[in-house]
Amino acid sequence: MRPVSSWGRLSALPHDVVELSDRSRIAAELAKRRPGIAYGMGRSYGDACLNPEGTLWRTAGLDRFIAFDEASGRLRCEAGATLREIQDVFLPRGWGLPVLPGTRFVTVGGAIANDVHGKNHHETGTFGDHVVSFTLQRTDGEQIASGPGERPDWFAATVGGLGLTGVIVEAELQLRRVPGPWLDTETIAYSGLDAFFQLSDESHPAWEHAVSWIDCTWGEAVRGLFLRARPAADQQRTWRGRELAMPLVPPLSLVNRLTLKPLNRLYWMLNQRQLGRRVEHYVPFLFPLDAIADWNRMYGPKGFYQYQCVVPRESGPAAVREMLTAIARSGEGSVLAVLKTFGERSPQGLLSFPMPGVTLALDFHNHPGLEALFERLDAIVAQAGGRLYPAKDARMPRALFEATYPRLGEFIKYRDPGISSAMSRRLMGS
Amino acid sequence: MRIVVIGATSGIAEQCCRLWVQREACDLLLVARDGAKAGRIAEDLRVRSPASTVEVVTLDFLDAAAIGRLAAEAALKPIDIVLIAHGMLPEQTRVQADLGLCRDTIEINAVSPALFAEAFAHHLAQAGRGTLALIGSVAGDRGRKANYSYGACKGFVERYAEGLEHRLASSGVRVVLIKPGPTDTPMAASYKARGVKLASVEEVARISVRGIDAGRPMFYAPPRWALIMLIVRNLPRFVFNRLNI
Repeated sequence: MRPVSSWGRLSALPHDVVELSDRSRIAAELAKRRPGIAYGMGRSYGDACLNPEGTLWRTAGLDRFIAFDEASGRLRCEAGATLREIQDVFLPRGWGLPVLPGTRFVTVGGAIANDVHGKNHHETGTFGDHVVSFTLQRTDGEQIASGPGERPDWFAATVGGLGLTGVIVEAELQLRRVPGPWLDTETIAYSGLDAFFQLSDESHPAWEHAVSWIDCTWGEAVRGLFLRARPAADQQRTWRGRELAMPLVPPLSLVNRLTLKPLNRLYWMLNQRQLGRRVEHYVPFLFPLDAIADWNRMYGPKGFYQYQCVVPRESGPAAVREMLTAIARSGEGSVLAVLKTFGERSPQGLLSFPMPGVTLALDFHNHPGLEALFERLDAIVAQAGGRLYPAKDARMPRALFEATYPRLGEFIKYRDPGISSAMSRRLMGS
Repeated sequence: MRIVVIGATSGIAEQCCRLWVQREACDLLLVARDGAKAGRIAEDLRVRSPASTVEVVTLDFLDAAAIGRLAAEAALKPIDIVLIAHGMLPEQTRVQADLGLCRDTIEINAVSPALFAEAFAHHLAQAGRGTLALIGSVAGDRGRKANYSYGACKGFVERYAEGLEHRLASSGVRVVLIKPGPTDTPMAASYKARGVKLASVEEVARISVRGIDAGRPMFYAPPRWALIMLIVRNLPRFVFNRLNI
């Protein structure tokens, strides 16, 4: 048993960690210590990857490539391979992943199980849209090969299925041709939500990636930076990433009531010099936080919550406005507040998070009194017909989950009885 | 670059291979006990570097004659690097209770690497070039109750490497001893359970590959262990024997 945390560092409870590294022995390993849950890079924020006092099947050592077809761009790999590794190996050969979330330190298995999305949802949908097939190991020994055209019901259950349908052992992914690692980017300062929606609308389809940082301490009179980017071909440049690290956990959160506004203003000011067009490497653009290893430590020993919701397009602007007002009024807030829109593509998974609309993500350092704000935000999200992202969640009430994931009933029958996580017990009762 | 990896399924060796094929097309010979596992590693390396050739050989790691033949065959073409990386790390308390396990531990961690090193040293010396790299351990620096059976073997490997280095000093062959600290590999799973902070295998591999390139006779990976072990080695007995390490 050893203490394990997820990215939010809200707990560090003991887990019986079993290292999976040999894919021929997984079936035997899973049968031994049930129930457990697969744990990749531990980048989900809440309890989706935790199973306190129980088993974690760690997949970091299950990170081998199996086959790559240079003509079609199809890559078969083990489920513990990270998106970073795939990008680093295949980008120089002209291929890349169509969907990259906000960190590249996630495994393929985790990306499927959370059906992650990037800043280009309009163009490429979610991670599951590019999965050709996978092999699922059930804890009773059965192996299920599944894809959109092969046992599609298992595919729909497993994509976004939070690791609860079995352990993904390997997967085949469709990579896409990319001209190189450089992006043509533009940073635009704006104020007011209307300006955000207008910028979002006019950015598609000319700009592949679009995302916005907002200073949420202003309420609905929000000001923000709109960042958009598209592939830039033929760049003869070199890039050397700087590696910074948060070397220790400060005794209290660096983000707190006193520092919240100054930090937001500082970020805004620092970025005034970055406004306009430039060519940028895709890594700092898509994964700005990856530049600081262990950045999650800045929230101190008690950790932090991330609140990410999506609301449908029609009710979206009003709901976002209401949420920002509620946050400003509560005196809480976030320095990492992100607003972006999702495209029309419906995701593949029964429990996939995205829906056509707008998504808001905020970090809150963990302290007493937050739950009241969360309840207020939950009410706005539910009222607007939206939902919360399980990959980020550590506290949503079960009733909210049930009400906002209408296909939960279909999903339940695909669950593996030998798999359970703190999240599944919290949201599904087992 | 032509590289022979003994114990190719070891976590550090696998990561070294990835780094090698990543920077240029290599001709790799993976020698392992578990052929299926080594086969999967070969598959991975071929995907990473289609221009590389990767061959797998399985062997009884204690069969002196077979090891001799393998080295002779491998040396038919010039070898740039031989990395001897295999090992096993059972819980010390189990080794104490089971003499059979004690023997196995010593055979795999000490006898076997010496046989491979001796066999390849002969051929590298004849060719007058190449690097012979062995993986030792910080555990070899001073016997400790936590892992002295394993540690004694690693100490033996260090002496052996030292001797080979001395013997080959005037030849073009370089002998490199890598001493990793506790590293996040499957072998160290029991360390992890005890909450020991482990270095990432990628980091240890990066340092190892760099050290092999430079032909450094001995180095720690990560380097901070040089200082830690300097202290551990020099602690007086009356202090050391009271420490629970």
